Amino acid sequence: MRYSILINGKRRSVECDADTPLLWVLRDELRLMGTKFGCGIALCGACTVHLNGTPARACVTPISSVGEAAVVTIEGIGETEWGRKVKEAWLALDVMQCGYCQAGQVMAATALLTRNPRPSDGEIDSAMRGCICRCGTYPRIRAAIKQAAGLPTADTREVRP
Amino acid sequence: MTPRTIAPESQNAGEPGVGISRRAFLATGLAAGGGLLLTLKFTATALAHEAPVAAYIRIAPDGIVTIVAKNPEIGQGMKTTLPMLIAEELDVEWKNVRIEQAMLDRIYGPQFAGGSLATPLNWIPMQRVGAAGRQMLLTAAAHTWNVPIAQCEAHAGVVSHRPSGRTLTYGALASKAAALPAPDLESVTLKSPKDYTIIGRFTGGVDSPRVLEGEPLFGIDVTLPELSYAVYEKCPVFGGRVVSVNLDEIRKLPGIRAAFIVRGSAADAAIRMGLVEGVAIVADKWWDAEKARRKLRIEWSPRSDPEQSTQAFEREAARLAQSAPHSILRRDGDVDAALAHAKKVLEASYAYPFLAHATLEPQNCTARFDQRGMEIWAPTQDPRAGAKLVAQTLGIDADRIRVHMIRAGGAFGRRSNSDFMVEAAVISRHTGRAVKLLWDRSQDIQHDAYRPAGFHYFKAGIDASGRPIAFRDHFVTFGRNGRVASSAELPPEHFPAGFIPSLEYVQSLIQLNVPTGPMRNPGGNALAFAFESFLDELAHAGGRDPLALRLDLYGPPRVFPPPPPRFGMKIPPFDTGRVRGVLELVAQKSGWSRRTSLPSGRGMGLAFYYSHFGYVAEVVEASVNSDGTPKVHKIWAAVDIGRQIINPASAYNQAEGSILDGLGQALHMAITLEGGRVVQSNFDTYPLLRIDEAPPVEVHFLRSDNDPTGLGEPALPPVLPALCNALFAATGKRIRTLPIDPRLLRRSAA
Repeated sequence: MRYSILINGKRRSVECDADTPLLWVLRDELRLMGTKFGCGIALCGACTVHLNGTPARACVTPISSVGEAAVVTIEGIGETEWGRKVKEAWLALDVMQCGYCQAGQVMAATALLTRNPRPSDGEIDSAMRGCICRCGTYPRIRAAIKQAAGLPTADTREVRP
Repeated sequence: MTPRTIAPESQNAGEPGVGISRRAFLATGLAAGGGLLLTLKFTATALAHEAPVAAYIRIAPDGIVTIVAKNPEIGQGMKTTLPMLIAEELDVEWKNVRIEQAMLDRIYGPQFAGGSLATPLNWIPMQRVGAAGRQMLLTAAAHTWNVPIAQCEAHAGVVSHRPSGRTLTYGALASKAAALPAPDLESVTLKSPKDYTIIGRFTGGVDSPRVLEGEPLFGIDVTLPELSYAVYEKCPVFGGRVVSVNLDEIRKLPGIRAAFIVRGSAADAAIRMGLVEGVAIVADKWWDAEKARRKLRIEWSPRSDPEQSTQAFEREAARLAQSAPHSILRRDGDVDAALAHAKKVLEASYAYPFLAHATLEPQNCTARFDQRGMEIWAPTQDPRAGAKLVAQTLGIDADRIRVHMIRAGGAFGRRSNSDFMVEAAVISRHTGRAVKLLWDRSQDIQHDAYRPAGFHYFKAGIDASGRPIAFRDHFVTFGRNGRVASSAELPPEHFPAGFIPSLEYVQSLIQLNVPTGPMRNPGGNALAFAFESFLDELAHAGGRDPLALRLDLYGPPRVFPPPPPRFGMKIPPFDTGRVRGVLELVAQKSGWSRRTSLPSGRGMGLAFYYSHFGYVAEVVEASVNSDGTPKVHKIWAAVDIGRQIINPASAYNQAEGSILDGLGQALHMAITLEGGRVVQSNFDTYPLLRIDEAPPVEVHFLRSDNDPTGLGEPALPPVLPALCNALFAATGKRIRTLPIDPRLLRRSAA
């Protein structure tokens, strides 16, 4: 089947089976490799993209279901104001270790802040708990979200950046 | 900058560089006349290898310095940290440094990520590389000006002549420096730490901005022209063989290029992480291959291995605990006599499960076999072991195997095995195509080299003062034909050996047909839980403060004679003063003395562990939710890894991350076996820690006057017993089996 989808503001055309997950369309057809494969069944959040601004797990989103929804990936999220702020905070706090989950984390964090620019700790937890970080960067993810939101963060490190 | 790179960043442009051998590059670089290469011999005796400094440093006329990162990057920041050491001593500005990932090449000596060894192995050698470069640039400047070298100084990429005020940039001096003889690396002078401008500064990961742009940096992202995608199905019972498979049907599915059986090469396939028998499917798209895999109908032999089950292991451990041990690991004094004189005797049994590593990036590898040989792009911790396995298994000359070390989405010890490399290599050779092999999550969890489970049957006696005087551990672990499985050992010198006069470690083995292997802090990630929890039991039984009991047991500051050199390096001696230092620091930072005045239902627990030359004490403050799940309020860590933290950004990250890794193990992680198969298959049945369970972690570094050592592992073990000890303080209930079962902590629970 041929599908025409809107990705990062550009219309792209792909030829694939209807059941192909958006994840593999992005990665193997369109060579947008930033969206990652972690679990394949929406348990880890590594493949998080935005569909019309809402976080979605690309690994369980068949291409046939995307329709006219605007898809935004890590490659395009820096074009939005919140996406840019989140990425800046991520770098300023050196959040990542291996980095494999971080595209999904950034997509989830950007969706959160776009909807709720001053999230509480509990709201951060519920928005982010779908995204596993195997390296355990959670304290910094939380701090980076607050920094992007202009909220105070508690930094106990004795040597500061 | 020179137009070519030593080690092409194989994945960044989606087109791996090929065929640029080192010699070809050197010729190209010099001929191009742009980048000048400092050529001297690197002969660090500690590493017993040599590599020209040119292999590490390239200085372009515009002053941009390219530094090669020799080790694999698995998320611990070594691609940033090791070049920082060179840049510091070369004395250039970090903003003018570009980093390239090395390929596997003997020229670099050891290239692996493991054992928290990158720092202790490279701390001095990398600085010497930089210092040698600086000295050559100084010499070149002195020759140019015809002045004594003592009048010249180097700083931030510029050499200046103090008396005259003349200056020359490194870029301008590089070609002259390249023609100079090399200084003896042993003779170069290193900076005084007070002059550091790079070491000790927060330095962001060099690839981090690119990760956030979604650039294809990881193994799973490797792309080649005419690349095919492969999946590989193995027997769920370890070491099983293919009896029959519906290949004809699979081959007719859309997009499938090939489907075939790969015969396993290892006689002991069940426990060796070599080429394991299976069925390969190669397609134009990974999704097509994966869909076909789900349609495989394979008859395996054996279909089941009933003895290999968690329940059978537990029964066998209980039986062995009642029997004479298979072997004696250590015997000091007379434990039975000492127990007879003890004021109190305690017995307790501890158990912990098998664990899968569950790197978030599933195992994968890309390989291309052609007339030039085998080229491999692997997210690996140990590329040399992988190349060796491929060479042996496929009968390819090792010189015809090239390995690109690709950024790995986590490793934790998993990628020190090379099974994914040999699978990709075999499939590429069989099909004659460039192939990217990718496992799905269930395969990743069900075909690991697991952290072995274990059982400890402790018996100890304390005297009237609460001090342990007798200690016995009957350790029931796993092995095969009398040999202990990988990472299933109890070192005879493990604490409290040597600190309690009558002590016995004895051991019995359960036969295991499941592969095991190193997982972040092998041994320590399991032993700390058992030993440091039981020590807490002894403290409470004797009415002692767990902190005071530890200080008492380790005794006054003293240094034990170091073991003989290993890994080609001098092993730092064990120093009880450093133990005391971190125990006292964590007590102070956590407010340990307030533990007796916490609200009801809250508790603080303490643990210490020495591993990988690092001294780490941790305190956990915890309570229990109404459903019995532990609630961790905060974790404090005091860490002594020597006088210098090279990159605080990555040091805090490693400490915090390994502590949360341990917390996830304590709360959730367990692999169980039924009929020889792993039961768990994804993050629903094998949950990992999530953000709402991650407490604040406060890390403090104690800068003792010792050479820096590694931090990938030593902060992990103490958190498991510290948490269980905190839960005991909070509830009076002792956790002796991991992961923690919330049913035991519910208020109604007995």
